[in-house]
Amino acid sequence: MEKAPIVRLKGVTKRFDDVTAVDSLNLDIYPGEFLTLLGPSGCGKTTVLRLIAGFETLTQGEIFMNGSRLDGIPPNKRNVNTVFQSYALFPHMTVFENIAFGLRMKQTDASAIGRQVREALDIVKMSGLESRMPHQLSGGQQQRVAMARAIVNKPLVLLLDEPLSALDYRLRQEMEIELKRVHRQLGITFVFVTHDQEEAISMSDRIAVMNQGAIEQIGTPIQIYEEPKNMFVAKFVGEINVFDAFVREVGNGSAVVDIHGRLFPVQNRSRFGPGSLVKVLLRPEDIQVTVEEEWSGSDPSLTGRVDEVIYKGKTVDLIISLDEGESIFVTQFFNEDQENIIYREGQRVHVNWLYGWEVVL
Amino acid sequence: MKRALRFIYLSAVYLFLYVPILVLIVYSFNDTKYSTNWQGFTMRWYAQLFTDSPLKEALINSLIIASASSVFATVLGTLGAFAFYRYRFLGRKIMYSFIYIVMMSPDIVMGISLLMFFITVGLAPGPFTLLLAHITFCLPFVVVTVYSRISGFDRTIIDVAKDLGASELQMFRHIMLPLLMPAIIAGWLLSFTLSLDDVVVSFFTTGPSFEILPLKIYSMVRLGIKPEINALSAMMFLLSLVTVSVAHLVTKENR
Repeated sequence: MEKAPIVRLKGVTKRFDDVTAVDSLNLDIYPGEFLTLLGPSGCGKTTVLRLIAGFETLTQGEIFMNGSRLDGIPPNKRNVNTVFQSYALFPHMTVFENIAFGLRMKQTDASAIGRQVREALDIVKMSGLESRMPHQLSGGQQQRVAMARAIVNKPLVLLLDEPLSALDYRLRQEMEIELKRVHRQLGITFVFVTHDQEEAISMSDRIAVMNQGAIEQIGTPIQIYEEPKNMFVAKFVGEINVFDAFVREVGNGSAVVDIHGRLFPVQNRSRFGPGSLVKVLLRPEDIQVTVEEEWSGSDPSLTGRVDEVIYKGKTVDLIISLDEGESIFVTQFFNEDQENIIYREGQRVHVNWLYGWEVVL
Repeated sequence: MKRALRFIYLSAVYLFLYVPILVLIVYSFNDTKYSTNWQGFTMRWYAQLFTDSPLKEALINSLIIASASSVFATVLGTLGAFAFYRYRFLGRKIMYSFIYIVMMSPDIVMGISLLMFFITVGLAPGPFTLLLAHITFCLPFVVVTVYSRISGFDRTIIDVAKDLGASELQMFRHIMLPLLMPAIIAGWLLSFTLSLDDVVVSFFTTGPSFEILPLKIYSMVRLGIKPEINALSAMMFLLSLVTVSVAHLVTKENR
């Protein structure tokens, strides 16, 4: 992205007593993007959000919005709104009054308030429920009202603090699509915080994976998933199998590694030298499994035994224990022309993958 | 059988509680000045109360003190409870415990200590010192009532209000105040009744020129119970009945 960032975090550090929640973090957020801060609980992602919103004060560093300093400005004076995890609708106000609150604080005149509230309700598909009280709404509806209450103020940046975590699975999936739609419709920058990697991958333009107050990797969902930069990102985002390997030879952009005595060609983007100890990472769906009877090739492979066959509907998951003792997790998609599950527990199998599908760290 | 027993038991309890008050109400309509025998129905004592009884002035004084002290105590107590909830400051927990100590300390101790304090700072006992004393003993009840409600709130709503552009004052006015209103009203009613019937603290903190009802009644009954006092007590009972019902309705409605 070539545009100037709408929010820039520069060397941002936040300490609570002697705990460092955010540690000299740099982050540029671009106008109109859907950026997700993804990480385990306690990684500082919510603190980053609260720093942008203004609920926490910086220990060190600077935050800019459209080029001017944001830190030091109280939350009620920032052009940023937040959707909180607990929704926190005002219990004594109707849906209409809840949504109108921000506009009323800005002394908007009554007719404009009425129009804008209806617009916001329309965007979140809650028209007609203006006069309900929050306790009369379901969790999903409260979530929508909380969204409307924030977006009605037309903030430059909308901050979302795990807004879907209190919803059940079905509703969460529905709301993910809704959130994407609202994002497209409004064109507002979204900064979304979650610990759920599926949520992050399916919604975001970019994901910043956080750990211990710092960003481990930032990139598109595809980059994060397919090309994790380190073990933390690889393991946090999705399932992954890790093989210890040893570099035998190095070629032009490629290498040959030794896994359990078998030689596999791999890509060598990080330019590991001969003799390096590396880890070869493979997503469960990137591994090919062939039953022994059908194995003909001379390609390098690892051998093992099917321990567990888990039918998932669209896919079948296999747990395979290799002859060397380690257990790997594999996901196989069904072929159109092959309706029966061919795998059985106890079967002997060969395991390999296509050159380039691996990640070497 | 069991139900009948239960009914008898409960009736006994309530009779024990309310028969004295009923007797008092009946006597307030008794057409005799001294006798405890029923001499016929009259409204005379009520009429007398409102015309030339010395009780009238004391009643008015009492109502003024009760209204003023309960309002002051409610405002201060509400702000205090809000401060205890909203802000972290040194000694917050200890200060909150001291609120309880004031509430629990015996009236006699409070009365004497306030008297000594007023003498030390050179305040002449009178309506002003009485007002200060009443505010003092009402205040903790308001703080505790309001705090118990406020501490049940989701703290996020404060953040939300600020996030949506409310200043601290606007947040208090539009979010906290409406949500706390039942507790504030309950605290105010409590203060009002506490102030209205206080004898011990008032005895030490008012001057001879400013008489309030409980003290006036106390000095009058030493010469025997006058029927006007019965009439007055009956009316006060009615007033507290109304007060309690209102408090009950207000708190129930907002659950």
